[in-house]
Amino acid sequence: MNKLKELFILFLTFFKVGLFTFGGGYAMVAIIEREFVERKKWLSAEEFADVLTIAESTPGPISVNSATYIGYKRRGFFGSVFSTLGLILPSLVIIFCISLFFDEFIELVWVKYAFTGIRAAVVFLILSAGIKLFLKLKKTVYNVAAFIISTLLLVAITLFSWNFPAVFIILIGGAVGIAIWLISTAARKDRNKGGKE
Amino acid sequence: MPVLLDLFLTFLKIGAVSFGGGYAMIPMVTEEVVAKGWLTSERVMDFIAVAESTPGPIAINMATFVGATQGGILGALLATLGVVLPAFIIILLVASIIKGLLKYAPVNAFLVGVRPVVMGLIVGTGITLFLTVILGVARIGDGFSFEYKSLIIFGIVAAVSLIYNKLRKKSLSPIIIIVFAALLGMLFYGVIG
Repeated sequence: MNKLKELFILFLTFFKVGLFTFGGGYAMVAIIEREFVERKKWLSAEEFADVLTIAESTPGPISVNSATYIGYKRRGFFGSVFSTLGLILPSLVIIFCISLFFDEFIELVWVKYAFTGIRAAVVFLILSAGIKLFLKLKKTVYNVAAFIISTLLLVAITLFSWNFPAVFIILIGGAVGIAIWLISTAARKDRNKGGKE
Repeated sequence: MPVLLDLFLTFLKIGAVSFGGGYAMIPMVTEEVVAKGWLTSERVMDFIAVAESTPGPIAINMATFVGATQGGILGALLATLGVVLPAFIIILLVASIIKGLLKYAPVNAFLVGVRPVVMGLIVGTGITLFLTVILGVARIGDGFSFEYKSLIIFGIVAAVSLIYNKLRKKSLSPIIIIVFAALLGMLFYGVIG
């Protein structure tokens, strides 16, 4: 019974994510963060960052990746099926209807006005989602430096239209993480040796 | 090739090779769809504007739209299934082995290195959008087209949710924020004009 209920919650929550994600990509981070990290506490901030890392470094829409992953983690295969279905259902229905009246829809001025407002809010939502996640992270020198550098780098890439995919920035971060780990384990071994002598 | 199968395979291919999410997919979808003669590039640009301002992941929206215009409801379903399937299968594989993977110190070190970067990328995306959507800077050298009404809406939304946060000790639902901003958009651009 509990199982069915969780499947239903997964479906419903990702339905909500699909219904209220405007602008794609990181826009849904705000809603998923609130639903699964803040409210249900099914994921910690670190785990959620890992979900995003996996989503970023595998092909496909980030939201589909996240839905599949969170669903699987919570309820196995069926969890991922229900989450993904919930996520894409609003799009399917809404876009199918729009495709029938595309020309008329795009001319509706009130629709345009509403969307202009929504775009401004989406900017705020993305900013606050990223900052909120960062505030929950331990403030080590590496974390703070990597956060600031990757923020600035992404802004520069867009402003100067450099051809540098975001996935490379992620890979560099991972490489630095491994390098720090190698150095610190080597240093620890060294110290242990020194202690024995 | 029957158009339904073609739709499914085309979007399966797009879903399998597009790293970095929805925006990365836009040039590929445009290229394929125009090359196949399904839609003109102007039509695709028009739809991208709609896809960005209607709910749902952009990739799903584009697949559904192209599928619907070429093959009706079945076309929409097959194109969407195609674009979702690679991500779904790959994540299932990753998720089912990740528990074991995380035990390895190097994998853990990799993730530790990546976490702040992912958060930086999110904030960077937000700043970029702030510059492009609200300040109207497309790229360096292109000049401004300052949207002061958007900036006012941004300011109101930010102020309201920060005050709510302070008073109630929890954050305002993004859904309420979006509905509120839609009303503000209609107020500032429609009622006030």
